[in-house]
Amino acid sequence: MSERLAVKKTYKLFVGGAFVRSESGRYDRNQGFNVPRGSRKDVRDAVLAARNSSNKWAARTAYNRGQVLYRFAEALESRAADFHVDRSELDASIDTLVHYAGWTDKLQPVLGGINPVAAPFLSFSLPEPTGVVGILAPDSPPLLGLVAELAPVLAAGNTAVCILSDDQPLPGLDLAEVMGIADVPGGVVNLLSGRRAELAPVLAGHHALNAVVDASADDALGAEIDRLAAESVTRVRHARPTTGYDEGVRDALSRLEAVTELKTAWHPVGA
Amino acid sequence: MTETRTRIVWDYAPAPESPDHVRLRDSYGLFIGGEFVDPLDGTRVASINPATEEVVAEVAFAGAQDVSRAVQAARSAQPGWAALTGLERGKYLFRIARLIQERARELAIVESMDGGKPVRESRDVDVPLAAAHFFHYAGWADKLSYGVGGRSVEPLGVAAQIVPWNFPLLMAAWKLAPALACGNTAVLKPAETTPVTALLLAEICQEAELPEGVVSIIPGDGATGAALVREPDIDKVAFTGSTSVGKNIQAALAGRGVSLTLELGGKSANVVFEDAALDQAVEGIVNGIFFNQGHVCCAGSRLLIQESVADAVVAKLWERMGRLRVGDPLDKNTDVGAINSREQLERIEELVESGEGEGAVRRTVACELPSRGFWFAPTIFTDVAPAHRIAVEEIFGPVVSVMTFRTQAEAIEKANNSAYGLAAGIWTDKGSKAFEVASALQAGVVWQNTYNHFDPSAAFGGYKESGFGREGGPAGLRPYLRVVP
Amino acid sequence: MLGKRSIKTTAKQQGIKLAVSMLDLTTLEGADTPGKVRHLCAKAVCPAPTMPEIPSCAAVCVYPSLIGVVREALEGTGVHAASVATAFPSGQASLEVKLRDTEEAVAAGAEEIDMVISREAFLAGDDTRVMEEIVRVKEACGDAHLKVIIETAELGSYDHVRHASMLSMEAGADFVKTSTGKAASGATPGVTLVMLEAIRDYMDRSGRAVGMKAAGGVSTSKAALHRLVLVKETLGDEWLTPDRFRIGASSLLNDLLMQYQKTQTGRYARPEDFSKE
Repeated sequence: MSERLAVKKTYKLFVGGAFVRSESGRYDRNQGFNVPRGSRKDVRDAVLAARNSSNKWAARTAYNRGQVLYRFAEALESRAADFHVDRSELDASIDTLVHYAGWTDKLQPVLGGINPVAAPFLSFSLPEPTGVVGILAPDSPPLLGLVAELAPVLAAGNTAVCILSDDQPLPGLDLAEVMGIADVPGGVVNLLSGRRAELAPVLAGHHALNAVVDASADDALGAEIDRLAAESVTRVRHARPTTGYDEGVRDALSRLEAVTELKTAWHPVGA
Repeated sequence: MTETRTRIVWDYAPAPESPDHVRLRDSYGLFIGGEFVDPLDGTRVASINPATEEVVAEVAFAGAQDVSRAVQAARSAQPGWAALTGLERGKYLFRIARLIQERARELAIVESMDGGKPVRESRDVDVPLAAAHFFHYAGWADKLSYGVGGRSVEPLGVAAQIVPWNFPLLMAAWKLAPALACGNTAVLKPAETTPVTALLLAEICQEAELPEGVVSIIPGDGATGAALVREPDIDKVAFTGSTSVGKNIQAALAGRGVSLTLELGGKSANVVFEDAALDQAVEGIVNGIFFNQGHVCCAGSRLLIQESVADAVVAKLWERMGRLRVGDPLDKNTDVGAINSREQLERIEELVESGEGEGAVRRTVACELPSRGFWFAPTIFTDVAPAHRIAVEEIFGPVVSVMTFRTQAEAIEKANNSAYGLAAGIWTDKGSKAFEVASALQAGVVWQNTYNHFDPSAAFGGYKESGFGREGGPAGLRPYLRVVP
Repeated sequence: MLGKRSIKTTAKQQGIKLAVSMLDLTTLEGADTPGKVRHLCAKAVCPAPTMPEIPSCAAVCVYPSLIGVVREALEGTGVHAASVATAFPSGQASLEVKLRDTEEAVAAGAEEIDMVISREAFLAGDDTRVMEEIVRVKEACGDAHLKVIIETAELGSYDHVRHASMLSMEAGADFVKTSTGKAASGATPGVTLVMLEAIRDYMDRSGRAVGMKAAGGVSTSKAALHRLVLVKETLGDEWLTPDRFRIGASSLLNDLLMQYQKTQTGRYARPEDFSKE
């Protein structure tokens, strides 16, 4: 009896909630697969998708965003077998999503508040999402390193465009498939494989980006990101790749804070 | 096709929420140590549906020995529960939240059957908020220090929690979620007339694989509650109910060093200024006093209207009251359901009679009430003097007492002129006035241009004899923690 | 509370029939022709030959160029001939042009005129001009009844919706209407409620009953029944008549028929069961 031939997977980019081929048509080989080599136009399309979905995502209640992140965790847990990473890395990634699911409706009381101004006004300050955030995922660990940056960005109400590791893009692309079952609205998360050195400058230099989180651990690239970001006053945060759950959540508030803007409002109090 | 146009008369047909898929046991034991057990020295009691007087299920009421057993189970389980990481504790609570969502319809129907509230309310308010409360506190479990200004904290230990009959499942969620998130274990005593949804919550705890003993659910009456408060090995009491029982509990704990939070009664003022959006204010007034048949601690039971618009508001309100549908709680079109018990009905009737006796003018909506069950039609009193019993005492029914005021200062003074201080409503289109009046009111919750809104992230609780301590938000963690020096 | 009413069984059947009787079946396309309009009229008169208990619609609403065709097709049926007018939908034309537009529609047989207020004047705060235009158009209507479209989507706030409704009623409108159907939103529940409350308050003050037409965005039976709930609970049962409440729609009719058929047969219907005009 002859063996059954398996249906081989085609890896695609994840942009605007859809699985698309790179407009460049180019690819790189990785672990026996043809992985799309994203282009500047793919970056452009991804930023547009993230921009278009950002108002609606920010307008959802914090509770709702928390539920979406929790369901993302449910989905990742149920698809654990698809990922070729250590179980401990997977568990840490799932727990990271759970941790940030619980942050969505805690951020405002922790970072915001009423200001005791010395005049008859009600003045309050509250953190709001910064908007569209670019994420440069690290090479290692390929799944946790990405999730540890992505989760806080989403929890704070932002949308994301992620450039995956050159060496280990597959877990990130598998994560895209999990997102398909996780109620994450299309465009809120966009995942691009390709060559970081080509794509990161395009992303960081894109004027429609509000912030960049650089976990590439590439200092020379980091400096270039800083220069490009300056063109449109894009906020930048450089981070060492997260290697464990505790390490990742210890500075959760800082990660959240880095992708929010604080708005202060005043209203008179009086007859 | 018709040549002449005949007027079509349109009435709503019954829209019953069918209880067919609800599967209740005939008899429930006490939930102790992760299992349903027979009472040692308690009794079995039938819980009835106040709309039909039929039996919903038989439940066990805990006797003193049962109460001790539950507290022991909670004590044994507490170190292990507190030793879990916050993340792990949170994950149990997330599971419970999701299970509540999955069983939402069933829980809503049972809540209405056991307690009498319209299914539309249990479906749209009680059950979703209960799930949200567990979800919210699940997320605090591993972030406690952020919620208490960076202080180091530890759980208190074993929490004894007593909840009322007006929002049975929701009050159980308000109590259990923060207690568990903070690393405490809990013994919960649901109210005498509404134990069933709490027992379904117990099943949900089992399904969530909550470690044994972390939660015990022991229905009972006043004696059970008193026994629980007397238990020597508790670290905390949280009580929601009447002010008189709250005072008894506070006295009973004197000298014992047991932490206490109380969420008691109210006679909340709903204040309508002349520059309010009047139609919206009327909707808010209706929501404030007729929601849940007025069985709400924060009900806007004193309506203070600025004199210049009083007649207009009362006229609109009376007209609006006439369109409220009183009847079968399981009908989705019902606005006002059954009164929770015969006892409560008698209390309402007595107070309403006193109102008439003291000279206030009573108007009650004319509607057909079912022959079985406990019912009271929406009622408005005008010509009420601030000293009348119906202006001072909590009626806890669908009865609103109307008084007028001339100036903002007078409104504030009248509103604050109460031993209670739970909630207040302010209706004005002027933002600056809304905030100024809000700061002047002695009430723990102030609703501006709205009423009866609740959220797990927004602290709730009273001033003065409406109690102390808060539920909801980071403030809701504090009552379940001890600051470590 | 009102948004949550559950309309089932007999109430649903009755409600659907009521909604059909209140429909102004509408077509306002550049591509409308006499042939299309005649089909629409036939549909309005007899929406569902297989279900003869379904009443006729209230009116057919078209552009002025086609009102003659409509009038002829509806002769003797009891269904009214309605025309939009006054440089519909934008209203951005001189008053003279708008009056002429109205006069021609009336002369061609319109029994009902749906005009638009001048949003340009309203948003500039020129209430006087807004009202003056309505008064003049009402004169030009003669015996025809006048519906005044306030175009709620363009007004920006509920306060404006109420204010525009009041101006229209004070200027003599027979009906106030939410929308042209050509803007981003139409008769949302909130807007409908605000307008019904304005009508109620105007009636209490003046004694005159002005009708309401909910147009735009009412595309499902559920939405239509919900608007009927709002009318019933804000103004009372006496207002549940085509003389006081209309729904402007096109695709709604077939959804009403499909839902009605389901209450009879218990089966979900398909669009092809009913003629598309």
